[in-house]
Amino acid sequence: MKIALKIRQTFSVDKATFLDVFIIPILATSLAITVGLLLLLLSGESYQTALRALISLFVGSFGSVSALSETLTASTPLIFAALGIAIGFRAGLFNIGAEGQIIIGGLAAVIVGFSVELPILLHLTIVLFIGAAFGAGYAFISGWLKAFTGAHEVITTIMLNLIAFRLLDFFLRLPFIQKEGRNDPISKSVLETAELPRLLSFIDPNLRIHAGFLLAVLAVVLVYWIIFHTTIGFEFRTVGTNIHAAKYAGVNSSLAVILAMSAAGLCAGLAGASQISGVLGRATSGFSAGIGFDAIAVALLGRAHPIGVLFSGILFGALVAGGREMQVSAGVSLDLITVIQALIIIFIAAPILIKRIFPWFFPKT
Amino acid sequence: MKKLIQSQQPINMNRVHGSLIAGSFLILLAIFVFILFGFGVEGEATFRLSRPSDPYALPNLVLPAENSIGIASLIIAFFGARLIVKTPKEYTVFFALSFFLAVAAFLVWATAGKSFSLTGMLQATVVRAVPIALAAMAGIMCERVAVINIGIEGMMLAGAFAGALFGSIFGSVLGLLIAITVGGVFGLILALLVVTFRVDQIIAGVAINILVLGLTSFFTSHLLKKNPHLNDAAVFKAIQIPILAELPIIGPMLFRHNIFVYLAILIVFSTTFYLFKTAYGLRARAVGEHPKAAETLGISVIKTRFVNVIIGGMIAGFGGAWFTLGSVGRFDEGMTGGRGFIGLAAMIFGRWHPIGALLAALVFGFADSLQQKLAILRTPIPSEFLAMSPYIVTIIVVAGIVGSARPPQAIGKAYVKES
Repeated sequence: MKIALKIRQTFSVDKATFLDVFIIPILATSLAITVGLLLLLLSGESYQTALRALISLFVGSFGSVSALSETLTASTPLIFAALGIAIGFRAGLFNIGAEGQIIIGGLAAVIVGFSVELPILLHLTIVLFIGAAFGAGYAFISGWLKAFTGAHEVITTIMLNLIAFRLLDFFLRLPFIQKEGRNDPISKSVLETAELPRLLSFIDPNLRIHAGFLLAVLAVVLVYWIIFHTTIGFEFRTVGTNIHAAKYAGVNSSLAVILAMSAAGLCAGLAGASQISGVLGRATSGFSAGIGFDAIAVALLGRAHPIGVLFSGILFGALVAGGREMQVSAGVSLDLITVIQALIIIFIAAPILIKRIFPWFFPKT
Repeated sequence: MKKLIQSQQPINMNRVHGSLIAGSFLILLAIFVFILFGFGVEGEATFRLSRPSDPYALPNLVLPAENSIGIASLIIAFFGARLIVKTPKEYTVFFALSFFLAVAAFLVWATAGKSFSLTGMLQATVVRAVPIALAAMAGIMCERVAVINIGIEGMMLAGAFAGALFGSIFGSVLGLLIAITVGGVFGLILALLVVTFRVDQIIAGVAINILVLGLTSFFTSHLLKKNPHLNDAAVFKAIQIPILAELPIIGPMLFRHNIFVYLAILIVFSTTFYLFKTAYGLRARAVGEHPKAAETLGISVIKTRFVNVIIGGMIAGFGGAWFTLGSVGRFDEGMTGGRGFIGLAAMIFGRWHPIGALLAALVFGFADSLQQKLAILRTPIPSEFLAMSPYIVTIIVVAGIVGSARPPQAIGKAYVKES
């Protein structure tokens, strides 16, 4: 409890915020991991396997330099996409379409990445820019539909996700895009000039952490500034809090909705592009790997606040990296991580539930 | 009443203004149909209406491709011009007819020079509409008590998984019952989250979707892949209704299915009866429109929401079982493929009324079966684009209809009981 007091003093937050921002996420995450392990036992695995799974979850995420590098690598696209979803939340929009926006952004990025020949820095910039632009354009469809027809963004973004999966399969089989001599849906590899440089290659060239992580941190700062220190950010928040009040105050709510949605898509598109030019180097049928859905949990865990998104993104990156280690050394399927993530969303979204399970952390009201 | 009609006047004014856009849209559609399908098409399109073995066999429907497409686009263009000149009240009918003609022209174009079983396609439409209609019923049960259920997709997936697993162990009938129960359990979880713990309804639904996707994939790789005999349930066989099944077209369409189709139709009608003819249904609707007023009249808002959401979950579980016990007998990861969400769109399209939602589900079922059957015809359209068609139809429907449809008043709001 003394440590808790110290943290509170360092960040100068009051007790209620402290409980909300620090204690509940920690409790929710531990509870989710516990339930996940119980599930493992339920499926007939032995105690030893469960224990090994738990240990490898930590070793694989924070246990070594390479584990840490994997964690940050996995967290990079999550942070990007979750920033977008956080912007949406602030404007009262629930963007489930990050997955589709990642696919479209990544696909556009990979095409520019292998087909254009440009000098090193320029090429990378253009690839990232194109990825962001296509992600934004894809999300724009939902924003426009929401603003002008009232179609709920949840349904349209889900449908656009499903459409994006089919579009990806179609494009990956086009002779112009498909890798020579392959029959499965796989694209050509991006040129070296379009790759994000690896940050720790001077220690070990196999460490995959790349400059995209720095860009993600930069994006966190930028989004923080936009949401809390600009007029458009203020308009987003007004529309999100009370759309009628916003209209009455003279905010162009349709424009705000479209802009917020496009900004969300822009971030998701960047997630796709950074994944393509930082990690994968080419697009395959399932290259988005559910990042867009994990990012929803990241944004919720981070309380739709950019700084929160940064930390919860790293936590989820750790879950992904640890999950891979768990798969290798304990033979537990990665889907357990999906279950844990869903449980985290549920526990975070239901603070009353957490308070009932762990009453001794919370003051009586 | 009169006042009500007057208050709607401005909306009608908008329609008069919008007629130029609506009319031009139809004329564009006509040009589009004519250029895309009418040019260079040759031969006759043969639509088979019955199998030669049928007792009352109908002759094939043979249409000269070029002329039929030309006539269809002319009629669409006429409708467009009609809307520009003067907008009648029932302008949606013109739209519906135009889209129907456009789809018909497309079918003629795709079949030109070949033959195509129209009856088979209509039969597939009914079958494909079943999970969508059931998802829509689940959605209606929940939304009528003002609980948004985005988690239907997950509940269906859970039902599909439970149907395959327990159907393999205990037989199909018991498997189906367990699938329904599992759906009900997830309904209970949703109700606990949104009613008791007042979680944001959309977040709770999304969490349920991700949770079920993770759980079913996890158990698939840890249980079913190792024991293939646990993923091999017997499929319910088709039951032919005597006499009625012999009828041409209607027989194969409606009376040669397995119990899922019959029970789905029964569920649609009993949902209608429940909501609009019973006291419980009236209470449920009151809770959805104005929970505080309902509570004042002595209706327990919390209990009503719990009961309806659990029933909704059970319907979704039943609809999920269709994917395994009613169709292929084995479970695949993520096999519901967005049908739960399409069901929600059908619910909106049907304006939160079971019968309307059923008709909407048939439209989606048609789009769904179209992409399946067109693969046989070898059209130059890539199969991925055909697979997208139900999703695109969903977006168009949600965008086109939502402005004029009204959800229950209290939708999405948690109810805090005053003490």
